[in-house]
Amino acid sequence: MSANTTATQVLFDAPGPRGRRRILLLSVLSVLLILALIGAGLWQFQRNGQLAADKWIPYLRRDYLAFLGKGLAGTLEATAVAAVIAFPFGLVLALGRISRLRALSTVAAVWIEFFRGIPMLLVVYAFLLALPAYGVTFPRFWMLVIPMILVSSATTAEVFRAGIGAVDRGQNEASAAVGLTHGQTMRYVILPQAVRLVLPSLILALVSLLKDSTLGYVVSFNELQFQGKTMVSITRFLVQTYLVVSVIYIVLNFLLTKLAGLLDVRMHRRAAEGSGRR
Amino acid sequence: MQVILDNWPLLLQGIGTTVALTVLGYGFALVLGTVLAVCRVSPIPPLRWAATVYVEIFRNIPLLSLLVLLAFGLPDAGLLLPYFWCGVLGLTLSGAAFVCENVRSGINTVPIGHAEAARSIGLGFFGVLRHVVLPQAFRTMVQPLVNVFIATVIGSSLCAAISVVEITYVTQQLNIASAQAVLLFVVAGALYLALSLGVAYAGRRVERAVSPGGGRSPRTAGSRTGVAPA
Repeated sequence: MSANTTATQVLFDAPGPRGRRRILLLSVLSVLLILALIGAGLWQFQRNGQLAADKWIPYLRRDYLAFLGKGLAGTLEATAVAAVIAFPFGLVLALGRISRLRALSTVAAVWIEFFRGIPMLLVVYAFLLALPAYGVTFPRFWMLVIPMILVSSATTAEVFRAGIGAVDRGQNEASAAVGLTHGQTMRYVILPQAVRLVLPSLILALVSLLKDSTLGYVVSFNELQFQGKTMVSITRFLVQTYLVVSVIYIVLNFLLTKLAGLLDVRMHRRAAEGSGRR
Repeated sequence: MQVILDNWPLLLQGIGTTVALTVLGYGFALVLGTVLAVCRVSPIPPLRWAATVYVEIFRNIPLLSLLVLLAFGLPDAGLLLPYFWCGVLGLTLSGAAFVCENVRSGINTVPIGHAEAARSIGLGFFGVLRHVVLPQAFRTMVQPLVNVFIATVIGSSLCAAISVVEITYVTQQLNIASAQAVLLFVVAGALYLALSLGVAYAGRRVERAVSPGGGRSPRTAGSRTGVAPA
C-alpha cells in the first residue's frame, strides 16, 4: 500500500464480481436520480418560460458582456486594492500579536478578535449609514474597500501567525547561535520562510476577499453583483442575470482555490525533498 | 440608550431571527454536509462526482450572490419562498459544502490501520464509518465545525440584504429612524461578538471533553500505562 493512501481509500475492499455488479447497479441508480433532479429543475424553469432562448442569447451579446465586464473589473479592482493593503497590515498585526510588549499584543489581539467576530455587513453599514451622520463620508469605492481591509486584516493576521509558528524552532536557535538579534532573526530568517508557508492560505484569503466584494451590492459600488442588480432593473431577466453572475464568481474562485491547492502540494513536495522529512 | 429601551421588542425579534437562521441553517448544513461527505468517500463513482461538483459550486459561490439568487432570482422560475427560508436555504447550501470538506478531512486523519482492522473483523462500508472512523474523526472535526458555525452566525447577517429582520437589519432600520449610530452599532457588534465568542468557548469545552482520555491533557495519557503523574 503506497504511503499516501488515506482512510477514505480503505473504507471498502477492492470489490469482487458481486460487489462490482452491486456498485454498477447503484451507480446507474444514482445517475438516474441525479438526472431526475436536474430534469426536475429544468422542467420547473421550462414551465415558467425561463428557458426561452431570447432570455439567454443576450448574454452572448457584446454590450451585455461589456456591461458585466465592467462589473468584473470593479470586483477585481476592489479585491486587489483591499488585498494589497490588508495583507501587509495583517502581517503587522500578527507581529504585534506575538510581540513581547504586553500592550502591543493586547491591542492586536483585541483588533483581531473583534473583526473576526463581527459580520462585514455591519462594518459596511457603519461606514454607509453611521459615519455620514458625523460628517465623515467616503467615496463608494472606499466604503466597500475599507471594511474589506478591516475584516481581512484580522483573518490574515491569524494566517501569518500560524505561518510564523510553523517555522521550525531550530531556525530560531540557529539564528541566536550565529548572533542575530530577535528582530534580525524575524526579518532575515523566520519571515521569509513563514511568508512562503502561508502562500496557499493567502490565496484562499483572496477568495474570501473576492466573495466579500459582493457587498458592493449594498453600497452601490459598480462591482459584478451590483452590476447584475442594475442589469436586472433594466432587462428584468432575474434568474438569468443572477445565475450568470454567480457562475462567473464560481469559476474565478474555483481557479484561485485550485491554484492554492497546487501551491500547497508543490510546497509539501519541496519540503519533503529538501529536508528528508514531511 | 433610550432608543434601545424603546425598541427592545424589535431588537429581541432581531436576535431571535439571527439565532433561528443560524441554528436552522447550521443544523441542516450538518446533516447535508455529512451525507455529502459519505458520498465523497463511497465506492459509487457517480455519487463521488456529484458530491465533488456540489462542494466546488457551493464553496466558491459568494453567500450574498447565493442569497440574492434564491430570494430574487428563483421566484421567476416559480419557486417562491419566504425571505426567511431563503436565508435558511442559502446558509444550509453553502454551509454543507464546508461541513463536507471538514468531515472528509476529519475522516482522513483517522489512522488507516483502524479502518483496515475494522474491515478485517467483517464490518462493511457503513459499519466501518459508523462504529470506527466517524467517532474518531469527530474529535478532530470539532474545531473546524465550530468555525463553520461562527461563519454561519456571521453569514446570517447577509440575510439583511434580502430583508430578513435580523440583528443587522434591525440595527440599520433603527439607525435610520433614530440616528443614534454609535450606540446601535456598538450594541449590534457586541451581540455578534457574544454569539461567536460564546460558541468558540463552548467549542473548546467540547473539544476537551471528547479528546482522548476524556478531558485530561494528552501529556497525562501516560497515566494509563501506570506512570502516574505527580
